[in-house]
Amino acid sequence: MLRFLARRTAGALVIILLISAITFFLFFALPSDPARMSCGKNCTADALAVIHKNLGLDQPVPVQYWHYMAGIFTGRDFSVGHCSAPCFGYSFSNQQPVWGTIVDRFPTTLSLTLGSAVVFLTVGVGFGMIAAAFQGRWPDKFFSSLSLIANSLQIYFVGIIALAVFVTGLHWMDNPAYYPITENPAKWFTGMLIPWLVLSIIFVANYTRMTRSQMVEQLSEDHVCTARAKGLGHRTVFFRYAWRGALAPIVTIFGIDLGSLFGGAIITEFTFSLHGLGRLAVDSVGQTDLPTLMAVMLISCAAIVVANIVVDAAYAFIDPRVRLA
Amino acid sequence: MTSPSPAAPATEPGTAPAELIGRSPGQLMRRRFRRDRAGVVSAFVVVFFFLVAVGAPLISMVYGKDPTTTYGLNETGLLNQFGYPVQPNGGISGRFWFGLEPTLGRDVLTQLAYGIRTSLLIAAAATALCVVTGVLVGVTAGYLGGRTDYFLGRFIDLLLAFPQQLSFVAFTPVVYALFVSPEKETPTYLRVLTLILVLWALGWMGLARLLRGQVLSLREREFVEAAKVTGASPWRIITRELLPNLWTPILVQSTLMLPTLVTAEAGLSFIGVGVVEPTPDWGRMFANGAKYYESDVTYIFFPGLAMIIFVVAFNLLGDSVRDAFDPRTRR
Repeated sequence: MLRFLARRTAGALVIILLISAITFFLFFALPSDPARMSCGKNCTADALAVIHKNLGLDQPVPVQYWHYMAGIFTGRDFSVGHCSAPCFGYSFSNQQPVWGTIVDRFPTTLSLTLGSAVVFLTVGVGFGMIAAAFQGRWPDKFFSSLSLIANSLQIYFVGIIALAVFVTGLHWMDNPAYYPITENPAKWFTGMLIPWLVLSIIFVANYTRMTRSQMVEQLSEDHVCTARAKGLGHRTVFFRYAWRGALAPIVTIFGIDLGSLFGGAIITEFTFSLHGLGRLAVDSVGQTDLPTLMAVMLISCAAIVVANIVVDAAYAFIDPRVRLA
Repeated sequence: MTSPSPAAPATEPGTAPAELIGRSPGQLMRRRFRRDRAGVVSAFVVVFFFLVAVGAPLISMVYGKDPTTTYGLNETGLLNQFGYPVQPNGGISGRFWFGLEPTLGRDVLTQLAYGIRTSLLIAAAATALCVVTGVLVGVTAGYLGGRTDYFLGRFIDLLLAFPQQLSFVAFTPVVYALFVSPEKETPTYLRVLTLILVLWALGWMGLARLLRGQVLSLREREFVEAAKVTGASPWRIITRELLPNLWTPILVQSTLMLPTLVTAEAGLSFIGVGVVEPTPDWGRMFANGAKYYESDVTYIFFPGLAMIIFVVAFNLLGDSVRDAFDPRTRR
């Protein structure tokens, strides 16, 4: 187990380093000058050169990359002030170190992700179990067609329809917005409810289909047959025998989905004007704000890679037949 | 997952007619497909969308309107003082079948037809590139094995670790900048080309990985061994022995890939990094819809409904193609 974790962590670090390098160098292809942004309107060539020097922009790109990566662990000093340990650079469009913006934005993304994960996991797996329990009969057909349609819905359509119906039409709630849960849990809940439900629709379909097919497969396995033969009740067979076998692939996909959501659900955040990491990334692309973009890229990439490792490790716990080499 | 169909499933019990007539796997597949009603209907829907895309200028000509003319601004009495259609339901009338766009007063039907044209062109081109790349890389990795397989595999791992949507958003402006300097306006064809390239760069890995696995298992089968023993060249083995067994996954995966790329492209245009005005685009209609939904929700209705029908039809078609090719896999 330890060897497995060590090997996978090393691999993950290599991948994160490569992706950060690719992002950094590609973004330097963009002819933008962060110094100009901080320089303001009455900018002279001399002033620009000074800022260039202060920011280290006069150095070659690989050196800048090195400073950027080293800064994450050691902190950096800019002309505008010190940027302490997890220093992902200084953003001139936001006028503050990137890490501050990330810390501001992350709770929104976290709320969105966890809330919708609860919804799509319970609803999706629930539908799938019902469909599998009534295999071939109308509940199965109903939930299977439902998941086919849900799978074809787009957040940018359903989200706007949901806003039009529930916010402007029926006035059931206010426009979705993020309120910190620590300040007002009720507002937090109502503010995020529509985004949770809409984001879940896309995933529910997938989980319904997967749970159904896994359960159907498990129910025809020999050990389930044996359990039935020795006279165990339907419920015991269904939940204790078939469900355990069906669990592993669902956990895998769930981990991967969760990992990719932590980097920000761009379209959802955009549709509902939620200012999470995804929205931050889109805005920083618009302003060619490289440090911010790099930070979001690193975080979401790390989330994906970590999720993959966690999933593989979890596999061994759920399914004792799996051995980690 | 699909498994490779046997080289010639001609003696399959259910489908073999009374007097034995030799049928090629392709003929059998077509026979099975024609019997699948959902598959046939969805195939017609898919063809319809492609006809709309190809024939958008024709539709515009017959219908007598074009997507760029601002009817609402040119004529009084179509839009009210706030820029919303005067007539109910987004200005749907005998003249404007799908209504008028708020503010600019363009015709929604032709906007949608041309928008489908743009999005489908981009997605189809990206799908074609992805499939070609996926087949090349997957078959190469699987067939050569060893070090080539290892490095191609790690390369695929690396690309898969990129957060996909975020990378689309982040790298599209980079590719624009590679083509034109930012002071100049990016021409439309370069924007389209950029989107195709970006979707392609992060879209082919799934197919490559799938095909690699298939080739790995096919490579050990007797008929490939036999071909090797008789001295067939690698090229012949790949094209005559392996590829015919890979058509099922290739076709199924590309049928499923196209709608995801259409929605990905639409998503990019929705958040404003895709195709820009005045070129009509499916995804940008949603962005406009988001601006106007509080007063005119009809505008977003037709593009949304069209997209749902399109994606449902494609998914059903993919399932039916899989069933027809490989009757052993049941949904």
